[in-house]
Amino acid sequence: MKIRLEVIKDVREICQQHKDEPSPLIVILEEVQKKYGYVPVELQEVISEETGVPAAEIYGVVTFYSFFSLTPKGKYVIHVCLGTACYVKNAQNVLDKICTILGIKPGETTEDGLFTIEAVRCMGACALAPAVSINGRVFPRVQATEVDKILNEYRSKEGK
Amino acid sequence: MEKILNPEALDQKIAECTEKLNDKLAGKGGKRAILVCGGTGCLANDSQPIFDKIAEELKARNLEDKVSVTRVGCFGMCSQGPFVKILPEDTLYCKVKPSDVERIMTEGIEGGKIIEDLLYVDPVSGEKIVHQSDIPFYKKQQKVALHGVSTIDPLVIDEALGCDGFKALRKVLTSMKPQEVIDEVLKSGLRGRGGGGFPTGRKWQFAANVNAPQKYIVCNGDEGDPGAFMDESMLEGNPYAVVEGMEIAGYAFGATEGYFYVRAEYPVAVARLKNAIAEMRKAGLIGKNILGTGWNFDVHLREGAGAFVCGEETALLNSIEGKRGMPRPRPPYPAIKGLWGCPTCVNNVETLAQIGYIIRVGGENFAKVGTEGSKGTKVFALGGKVNNVGLVEVPMGTTLRTLIYDIGGGIPGGKKFKAIQTGGPSGGCLTEKDLDTPIDYDTLVARGSMMGSGGAIVMDEDNCMVDVAKFYMDFICDESCGKCSPCRIGTKRIYELLTEIVEGRGTIETLEELKDLAKITKNNSLCALGQTAANPISSTMANFYDEYLAHIQDKKCPAHVCKSLSRYYIDPEKCKKCSACARACPVNCIKGVPGKEPYVIDQSKCIKCGTCMGTCKFGSIIHE
Repeated sequence: MKIRLEVIKDVREICQQHKDEPSPLIVILEEVQKKYGYVPVELQEVISEETGVPAAEIYGVVTFYSFFSLTPKGKYVIHVCLGTACYVKNAQNVLDKICTILGIKPGETTEDGLFTIEAVRCMGACALAPAVSINGRVFPRVQATEVDKILNEYRSKEGK
Repeated sequence: MEKILNPEALDQKIAECTEKLNDKLAGKGGKRAILVCGGTGCLANDSQPIFDKIAEELKARNLEDKVSVTRVGCFGMCSQGPFVKILPEDTLYCKVKPSDVERIMTEGIEGGKIIEDLLYVDPVSGEKIVHQSDIPFYKKQQKVALHGVSTIDPLVIDEALGCDGFKALRKVLTSMKPQEVIDEVLKSGLRGRGGGGFPTGRKWQFAANVNAPQKYIVCNGDEGDPGAFMDESMLEGNPYAVVEGMEIAGYAFGATEGYFYVRAEYPVAVARLKNAIAEMRKAGLIGKNILGTGWNFDVHLREGAGAFVCGEETALLNSIEGKRGMPRPRPPYPAIKGLWGCPTCVNNVETLAQIGYIIRVGGENFAKVGTEGSKGTKVFALGGKVNNVGLVEVPMGTTLRTLIYDIGGGIPGGKKFKAIQTGGPSGGCLTEKDLDTPIDYDTLVARGSMMGSGGAIVMDEDNCMVDVAKFYMDFICDESCGKCSPCRIGTKRIYELLTEIVEGRGTIETLEELKDLAKITKNNSLCALGQTAANPISSTMANFYDEYLAHIQDKKCPAHVCKSLSRYYIDPEKCKKCSACARACPVNCIKGVPGKEPYVIDQSKCIKCGTCMGTCKFGSIIHE
């Protein structure tokens, strides 16, 4: 994958901003993830050059934490909460339904790059169980039968 | 805010802010106050637009001199949110929508009327309750760790100063030796609220006894138990109290730097904590020469990156150090060798939130509440199949019955209580027979569960306990860091065995194998994650063995949850031949002739999604 030069420059800058902090690797990775939506191996190598942390170790960290992604995510990231409070209220059915409609599994992105589904563990919105969030907007007490309507709202926004 | 240079200046500031806050809450001079809940649950339910609209309306109606509006932290009774509370009357409106704001302003604020349909309805008596203080949910609670949450504006340091903030910090810095602080906490009997239940004072004492140039205090805000949000609410509602607790801990055992480690999944908590740290820095309550006493303390904030195991203290320290969050063998304990090799105490958010109170009232007074071995109060996140889902703080020793029925308002829909899971994926379930047990650290362990961080998930007759056990094991498999084989492989094999059972392939031998594996994983794992991983299995097997047997011998799931063991069929007598189910079926497995022949589900194609059952208006679809 070819990474644009200005992105590389920006990532170097992010590294520089944190160079005086003790062990800033995860802080840097979080900033890159938030800004670009993923941390590909090419950028990990850049971070390695800047911080002196071996690239293998960085790869180890990136793949350890669920917050980091090696591939770009869809325009809309759907989080289906599978925390206990949501699970006992049938969140699994909601997740299954979204997967069936979009034809992808949790962790995957649709071919058109529109949606990514992720099963997450507790968003702390247990009173709204089962909860689904799309790019941070929380849909409370979602029933499997309402999923279509919610997805269509986003599809029509994109003219699809 | 100007820097507070000495203890006397702080006293004056506290006096001013206390008067101001008390006046606001008491409605002095006829000025009323509206509080809007700004906890994560309510924010997800439009509480921000409600707040904005109220502010807008106050301006438009020229009421700004007569009524104030504040966004506060979590009210606790999250399933009834968003909340709008009117003071000094103490009128509480529940499930408010942005479209209700106009009525609240016109009829409530200007018209002096009570808006009946926004009041809380008691699920037991059906009675409408006007005042928050009369609602049973709040009556049996005692707020210590949650002090100030749902009262103060968490973004305004003055409100924290008006709500007992920093009095304890002043007291320790000006009149107590570090050892006296530790002694006070020892006297209080406070035990770690994160799950371990280790006496906080003893932990501090270990670190104090080590002579080292650099020590750290770390606040564990990596609340990983799915279904628990106590720490989140404290950080969102009154972050100042937690930072103050951290500073007192640092003073007590000689740390001059503190790290907060908070889940990235809690953006609101992170933002409010960041703001609190910045405000305290401006006020001179963090930094060099605090209150002119010559004592220095600095605070940093690190966000987690999504790993449950980082709730384990040594894994957390590795994560702060920028490494994979894998636990370290203990000993050496962090109090001897922790962050970057320096003596470190890791304390939970709720533990630190209790410290200020202990210093203010004294350890002995704190210890008056609670049971023999567990002192003070505990915050629980009550969730699942209970009417009042939310956050509750009760004295140690409260019974589960009080928690679930008096405070929680019982089980919704007239369903039967089945179990309550405490301690999250590391804990166990308690049943009907345990309802009158006073809950504390020791009684819960004696009954095969544990306190954990305070997650309490209620389950009813519709939940399958084998499925719940499998759910927890799936979680643990996902979150096992992979460092030690008993946990990495053991949990995976347990998960596979449970899958066999829920898919109808289990035998009696499977159960024996499960028991063995549970023991092996428990005895041989490196950290608490693996050591406790099998608890949900052991406890559901102990309490619901017949459910396991039903899956294995009768190939039935009594709660109709496990898809492989259940089926949907249409009662031909009741079928109205309307074709609604066939049209709704996502896999086209229902056939019939409209108006002529009753519909039939092709069992070989059915994916058991239940859509047909939701569609049929005549109750002719049966699930067994």
